[in-house]
Amino acid sequence: MDHQHTHSSNPRELQMARSMCWHCQSEVSGEYFCDRCVKVQPVSKETDYFTCFGFPRRLTIDPGKLEAKFYELSRAFHPDFYQNKSETEQSISFGNAATLNSAYRTLRDPIQRVEYLLDLEAGSVKEIRNSPPADLFEEILELQDTLDEYRASDRASDAGQQLRTTLQAEQQTLEERKRDMETQLQQLFTDWDLLQDRGEATSQARSERDRLLKQMRETLSNRTYVKSIINDLVATIG
Amino acid sequence: MARIVGIDLGTTNSLVAYMENGRPRVIPGRNERAIVPSVVAMTDNGLIVGDAAKEHLTRNPERTVYSVKRFMGKGLADVQGELAYFPYSLTEQGGVIRIKLGEKTYSPPQISAMILKELKQRAEAHLGESITKAVITVPAYFNDSQRQATKDAGMIAGLEVLRIINEPTAASLAYGLQEKTQGTIAVYDFGGGTFDISILKLKNGIFEVLATNGDTHLGGDDIDRRIADLFLTEIRSRHGVDLSSHPDHMQTIRLEAERAKIGLSDALKIQVSIELPDNKGHFTRELTRDQLESLIMEIIERTLTPCRMALKDAGLSPDAIDEVVLVGGSTRMPIVRQRVQELFGKTPHCEINPDEVVALGAAVQADILSGGTTDMLLLDVTPLSLGIETMGGVMSSLIRRNTTIPASAKEMFTTYVDGQTGVDIHILQGERELAKDNRSLAKFRLKVPPLPAGVPRIEVTFLIDANGILSVKASDMRTGLSQSIEVKPSYGLSDHEVEQMIEDSFKFAKDDVNARKLIETRLDAGALITTTEKSLGDGLHLIAEEDVAAIRAALSALATAQEGNDPRAIRARIADLEQSAQRLTVAMLNDSLKRGLQGKKVSDIT
Repeated sequence: MDHQHTHSSNPRELQMARSMCWHCQSEVSGEYFCDRCVKVQPVSKETDYFTCFGFPRRLTIDPGKLEAKFYELSRAFHPDFYQNKSETEQSISFGNAATLNSAYRTLRDPIQRVEYLLDLEAGSVKEIRNSPPADLFEEILELQDTLDEYRASDRASDAGQQLRTTLQAEQQTLEERKRDMETQLQQLFTDWDLLQDRGEATSQARSERDRLLKQMRETLSNRTYVKSIINDLVATIG
Repeated sequence: MARIVGIDLGTTNSLVAYMENGRPRVIPGRNERAIVPSVVAMTDNGLIVGDAAKEHLTRNPERTVYSVKRFMGKGLADVQGELAYFPYSLTEQGGVIRIKLGEKTYSPPQISAMILKELKQRAEAHLGESITKAVITVPAYFNDSQRQATKDAGMIAGLEVLRIINEPTAASLAYGLQEKTQGTIAVYDFGGGTFDISILKLKNGIFEVLATNGDTHLGGDDIDRRIADLFLTEIRSRHGVDLSSHPDHMQTIRLEAERAKIGLSDALKIQVSIELPDNKGHFTRELTRDQLESLIMEIIERTLTPCRMALKDAGLSPDAIDEVVLVGGSTRMPIVRQRVQELFGKTPHCEINPDEVVALGAAVQADILSGGTTDMLLLDVTPLSLGIETMGGVMSSLIRRNTTIPASAKEMFTTYVDGQTGVDIHILQGERELAKDNRSLAKFRLKVPPLPAGVPRIEVTFLIDANGILSVKASDMRTGLSQSIEVKPSYGLSDHEVEQMIEDSFKFAKDDVNARKLIETRLDAGALITTTEKSLGDGLHLIAEEDVAAIRAALSALATAQEGNDPRAIRARIADLEQSAQRLTVAMLNDSLKRGLQGKKVSDIT
């Protein structure tokens, strides 16, 4: 099949802002319902997930607040409440609810959240390289050898048992690495939010921004790699 | 807005409910029972449904359809393993199973439509208004084809299906309405043919499904089969009779197995007796609850794996579940309750009748849709991942399982060859890596303008609506033009076929009405004969001999008419009998009044 992945929310593909009510043509100011005729308005393609929730573009999000807003907007958009409305309104409700659900799913999970932010700020993260982190290179090569050996071994034998113990220990180490990376990401989240809060437009702030985005991207990439190795390990040793 | 009813279209039983003064109620039929057995029989006088059809299971097994829900949205290859269990014959046409009844074949949605029509008429009779809109429940783990088939069934029955809603979540609405519960609940729904587990978070009227899992081919039917197989084997070894070639006896065994299972939910042992053909006597045995439990333990265990997977997907441990709710007839079995209690570590709830709770919840959802209930909102999920086949026969997921619906995903397509004018897209549903291991939903060809390779950019949007049903849109990103897509379902009826079936159903409606009238009249006649015979026994001494003779004559005239096919003739004989028995009725009334007065002081009655 001929196809390529794109991120469904890529902002560069977004076109034309909505500013007029589709129904009464009066100006709509930001919110989801027309002030004049009270008809629901489609969430603009330009609206990113943070804006959709009325949140600033920050990486630390209070889960309780996010959930409360999700429920509030669900009550506003869900197709259940548009059964007696016009076809246009039903279709807007369907589209808005689908967007809202994607937004919630993305923002709720810290990893998806930062990937989304990277996407917004610096283009697609899907193109992140999938190569082992430099400091883990040797270790992972060795691990692959052990895995191959284990797969070929008689699992019940002493040698097999010993390989299994080695792999279990390796899994522990990698899990720890993954946790370290997540802590590191957490710190980057805080740094990012602080930088945004300062709102400086200096060249120093700009280079700090680029540095943070680069580090987040790198840490994410390393974490993805380590995670796939762990999954591989778990699948092999059970 | 016209009234919307809630319908539980079950494997074994179906019900219809509606909302009255903020409370859901099931609608009873003429016999006061709310349950309509999901059985359709083709008789010489037309099609009959429900209790009357159930009687034909043993009398007329080749032409009596039960458990049709197991065939919804399926091809013949999907059910190959269990064909031997069904006495009626199945074929396939255009990827859809067809059931042969006499000369004609019917698709599962058509058979389901007959059950839906019965419920529709029942609701119309009870509410005194025309019913055209409904919410219909399906197992949460139903795939797109099975949901679409259910929607088709509604259309064929003349119902606009405003929403397909998942059975366990429907049940949670019924419970939520009653208990005003907050917290995390697990709904364990073990019905006649399917098993579902749903984990929900209830907060301020929002019912958010966190995860769902299940098995659409695991239910009470399978338990009955285990028991029936045991009986069959024993009959073979003990009596040297192989009943598997006798469809009517197979049905007797199946029903006896079901009866034993139900009985053992209360009793610790039960006596089984099955009449053998050719005057070979009876097969009898005692079945204990312990024996039953060890026989079906494996089936019960199979429900626990989906439970653990749902918990894992929800990111919860069993002790994070605040309440467990039991739904479906199979949860009446003590062993099921015990295993559920062990898994979740708490006593499960079963305050609402497990046979009715789904229909009640469907009525609540119907009320939400009609704008009656505004404080409750159900946020359900899609049970299975949706994706497309990519290079090398691998499935690429676009919408993951347990994604809140409505959901959408976009995918960009282009060409690899200059001047290529189309791209074939194969939509799949399931959790497996390889396309061939997942459910094929549909195929379509995306039209592409002939351009150099890689230049066209066609964006395809996959949408799953609040019913869990897929639709596809495509637009050319270069021109901004959208294209209409004709999706050919892999296991579904085409729009044209559905239209044809709607037409057919109108054509046959007249025959069906006649058949229905006949059955109802016969039932009335039967009831009158029974009560009159009883009164005659009790009150023989109270009336003159000639009156007795007249009643006897009228009784036998009615019995003869009952055998015939003319409802009007039966009706006339009913009137005759009522007339003849009037003196007896009056005499008995006086007698009982007199006896009631004896032994009482005058002051008591004045």
